[in-house]
Amino acid sequence: MSVKDRMSGNEAVAYAIKQVNPDVMPAFPITPSTEIPQLVSSYIANNEMDTEFIPVESEHSSMSATIGAEAAGARSLTATSSCGLALMWEELLLAASNRMPCVLALVNRTLSGPININCDHSDAMGARDTGWIQIFAESNQEAYDNFIQAYPIAEDPRVHLPVMICQDGFITSHAVMNIELNEDNEVKEFVGEYKPEEFLLNNNKPIAIGPYAISSYVMEARKAQEEAMENSKEVIIEVAKRYKERFGRGFELFEEYRLDDADYIMVIMGSAAGTAKQAVDDLREKGMKVGVLKIRVFRPFPAEELAKALSNAKGIAIMERTESYNGHGGPLCAELRAALYENKVFTNVVCYTYGLGGRDFTVDHVYEVFEEVKDVTENGKKVTQHRYINLRTNKA
Amino acid sequence: MRTDISKINEATPYEELTEGLITFAGGTARDFHTGEWRTDTPVFDKEACKQCLLCAPACPDGCIPVKDSKREDFDYDHCKGCGICAKVCPFNAIKMVEGSEPK
Repeated sequence: MSVKDRMSGNEAVAYAIKQVNPDVMPAFPITPSTEIPQLVSSYIANNEMDTEFIPVESEHSSMSATIGAEAAGARSLTATSSCGLALMWEELLLAASNRMPCVLALVNRTLSGPININCDHSDAMGARDTGWIQIFAESNQEAYDNFIQAYPIAEDPRVHLPVMICQDGFITSHAVMNIELNEDNEVKEFVGEYKPEEFLLNNNKPIAIGPYAISSYVMEARKAQEEAMENSKEVIIEVAKRYKERFGRGFELFEEYRLDDADYIMVIMGSAAGTAKQAVDDLREKGMKVGVLKIRVFRPFPAEELAKALSNAKGIAIMERTESYNGHGGPLCAELRAALYENKVFTNVVCYTYGLGGRDFTVDHVYEVFEEVKDVTENGKKVTQHRYINLRTNKA
Repeated sequence: MRTDISKINEATPYEELTEGLITFAGGTARDFHTGEWRTDTPVFDKEACKQCLLCAPACPDGCIPVKDSKREDFDYDHCKGCGICAKVCPFNAIKMVEGSEPK
């Protein structure tokens, strides 16, 4: 039986953490952190969970301590946002290369500068090549559901990689929405006990983690790690299937919203997918065949699956919520276009940048994008790639 | 699951290396002969040695074995030839010679 409630995204993830009750949570509880460590601390103070909370001196330390605790044999996690994630950079790579199945609850907020703390995907996109599995949520409900699936994915012997559970800053993290919560015992049963086969504090079976490797070993280690990331795809799907059987809410690598006969498709991640879906419903009523493809799993990147899902589209809009400063668009655009090319899906693709630093993105903007992609496809309209949506400009 | 370090070498394919290069075994540093790095070598003069034992704890690599309160000859498998022992010896009982072999 599920319990109906209303919660912010921060509260939803903190509640999921309470239900999973991991062993150790090191966190740095100051801006740009989120309410998540604060709420978890309250649960601990009220004896509602018995996770060991370590207030560390920086995010560099919180990630280090998370790795240390995980290596010692404890189920561990931390939470952060924005430049807090940037300060973890060195350790993020170590968590993945040392194959630590720890979890990070990330609230997606922009990176400086100009100094700003509002929503965009700069933080997670900056960490996209650190070897973490990255799962994005559209709503508070999804952030909650994704968190409960994190450890079963990370701890699977085919994976043994860290998982980043991402939700949009403020839009999802602070806005209160209706939510269905699972029963405590059912969550515990779904996630299971953590029983690592090997861990540092097992003095009967000594191990050494994080060794120096000479050049003769580095490429081999990287290949094995890359293969684990590839393997994680099937594990993510299996865990989602099991979650659906248990709790009724289903997930895939990405969600296909009204794609079946869609001529024009918007590819988008995070909370803005909800906006895009509303616009799609409106445009469908006016007879325009449009759909939304919402990416849930960005790492591993489901290249082949995406290309297949987009293979019948006449025009595609790829929506980027970060800036890569390379004159060639952001990571989602670059990787998806490469995936389409690799799988011989040759169609009209226009990349857009939207919502940086918390800039509004509304249904009107979605209409505008679909109209333009249609114009490009039907009339050959010339467009500038990577155009900023909702930007003040003197250009026509 | 446990690692047999003797079976891992520079010819091992990636599928047979351990996850994250974790060593699922203890005390494996013993099998790693860091003495090969040596460019200078300490030589022990048994006659000049007064067994004061200042050298043994000064060695950063534990390469001066002590048995029954007396030091023995160097563990050349692991001695990197740093020369600290020669510096701390008050009796000139340790001499550094050029090269990787004790002469």
